Amino acid sequence: MMEFINFYLIPGLALGSIYALGAIGISMIFGILRFAHFAHGDVMTLGAYGTLTAVWLSGLHPLLALPVGIVLAVAAVLLADKIFYKPLRDLPTIYTVIASFGVALIFRSLIQLIWGSQNQVFIRGVQKPLVLFDMIRVSALHLEAIAIIVIAAVALHYFLTRTKTGRSMRAVSDNPELARVAGLDTEKVVRSTWIIGGSLAAIAGVLAGLDTNIQPNLGWNLILPMFAATILGGIGKPMGALLGGMVIGLIEELSAYPWITDEPLINPGYKSATAFLIMVILLIFRPQGLLKGRLL
Amino acid sequence: MDPVGLLFYLVAFLIAGGIYAILCLALNVQWGYGGLFNAGIAGFFAVGAYTSALLTAAPAQTHLGGYELPVPIGILASALTAGITGWAVAKICIRLKSDYLAMASIGIAEILRMVIVNEDWLTNGSLGITNVPRPFDGLLQGRDADILYLVVVWLIVGLVYLICNRLYDSPWGRTLRAVRDNEDAARAVGKDVDSFRLQTFVIGAAIMGVAGALSAHYFRFLSPEATEPLLITFLTWVMLMAGGSGNNKGAIIGALAVWGIWSMTEILTNRLPAEFATRSSYIRMLLIGLLLQFVLQRYRSGLIPERSPPGIAFDKDHDKTHG
Repeated sequence: MMEFINFYLIPGLALGSIYALGAIGISMIFGILRFAHFAHGDVMTLGAYGTLTAVWLSGLHPLLALPVGIVLAVAAVLLADKIFYKPLRDLPTIYTVIASFGVALIFRSLIQLIWGSQNQVFIRGVQKPLVLFDMIRVSALHLEAIAIIVIAAVALHYFLTRTKTGRSMRAVSDNPELARVAGLDTEKVVRSTWIIGGSLAAIAGVLAGLDTNIQPNLGWNLILPMFAATILGGIGKPMGALLGGMVIGLIEELSAYPWITDEPLINPGYKSATAFLIMVILLIFRPQGLLKGRLL
Repeated sequence: MDPVGLLFYLVAFLIAGGIYAILCLALNVQWGYGGLFNAGIAGFFAVGAYTSALLTAAPAQTHLGGYELPVPIGILASALTAGITGWAVAKICIRLKSDYLAMASIGIAEILRMVIVNEDWLTNGSLGITNVPRPFDGLLQGRDADILYLVVVWLIVGLVYLICNRLYDSPWGRTLRAVRDNEDAARAVGKDVDSFRLQTFVIGAAIMGVAGALSAHYFRFLSPEATEPLLITFLTWVMLMAGGSGNNKGAIIGALAVWGIWSMTEILTNRLPAEFATRSSYIRMLLIGLLLQFVLQRYRSGLIPERSPPGIAFDKDHDKTHG
């Protein structure tokens, strides 16, 4: 039982937090700008490398150096939107999807040019796990990830329901024509979307980098489970994406638990395939997701 | 460079260019004709490559098969298996908007990659399959064999081109463009939209399988690295967008042009100082990414834009975004 909690449940929640932070941004962009942002994983990678550089220069803990990564990621998405996505906004959205593939590639090749392609780590050496109540052994990182997602959930809920910008974002997501007619500043809403999406992606990238190591494909490798989480939560529903991310992360980790025999239920080599399987099943039976998002 | 070396550089360039041209024609059927966004080209390419390699390679303990069947049978089988894979993907998500198809197809391609890497008994994992034969093996040796293979590849390019053109001009192709440009209108005149899309996707996937098979036979060796999504899926998309989606000539020209840029930058970046040369492939990727953005914003209709066959009176004001 303790083994289940220590090695499957808590890592699952931590992985879920990383997916959730990425998926919130993807879901908002999908809801407001109406396209699947394939460069989102590489925004995460940028955030991780930005933070890594700040750690090198200042020697701070990665989570304290996070603002540097966030600034880099937000600047990158705002620039990409201005140069590459905005000129295509009046065309069918599929052109923006293609452009986002290109942006993903541009980000990744820039990362490889600047930082090289070898694996990097934030903190050297093995981290000692914390022991709670003499039984629960948990790594500090996993606790931090879970704490961050709780804070993010509360902040996001407050932002979306209580602030003017948050409410405008929901309005544009629900009905863009009506929102424009009502006089909402759509460009401002778009900008806020990128700022929030980019910031959360940078945090997710740093957490993912702390969990394994940092390399140029860090974020790209996570894009599919994050899309699965977005669809699971219902497109255009940030809280749904948060929930979807947690569910996908948990399922991925728990699928390797020896549920029936002594063997892992699913070969760990196929762990990330489970997220995709969920996505396919959803696409067939409930494409609007759990929280009844929009079906684009 | 001496003339003989240059000639064989050109031969190698044109063999790879021909394989890309086939991929590009296949994507043109799916995207140019049908408006279907396939982001998993590498997956269908891999299915084709492994099918043909396993059927035609010499027997080996390390992987399944090694049946030493004739190469043409391997190539036909690769079209079949890739087509069936395409059918399964299309069956799941053809009704959904293009973004979903992009996610689903890229996901299928990733799962196929996982299978190829993990299932050693089938594919010998990352060590790969050796002794994959070429057609007419033993007839010619060394560099002459390369020229022979060049002829084989471009004969197949020609064949695929003729088939694609025939499809485009046929009533089937016209219906497909109607579906692409105005789905509701096509449905209103009684066309089975989903069925047409499914057929398009399967045909495109089968052709991608053939391209995979040709690449495996060319290198005589196949490992998961040969199906790298960046080099297969992404480059093919850039080629088609640059060449002109909807136009088969454009697809071939686009493939050769972008492959030309890709190969040329390789020559250039190899002359850079050593510290940059190791990073040359990233500079090329960056250039290709920027090229795609440029094409999307300025040359959406490509080098050779789509031209509908003559004699259709109502075609004047079709959707400009498709060229």
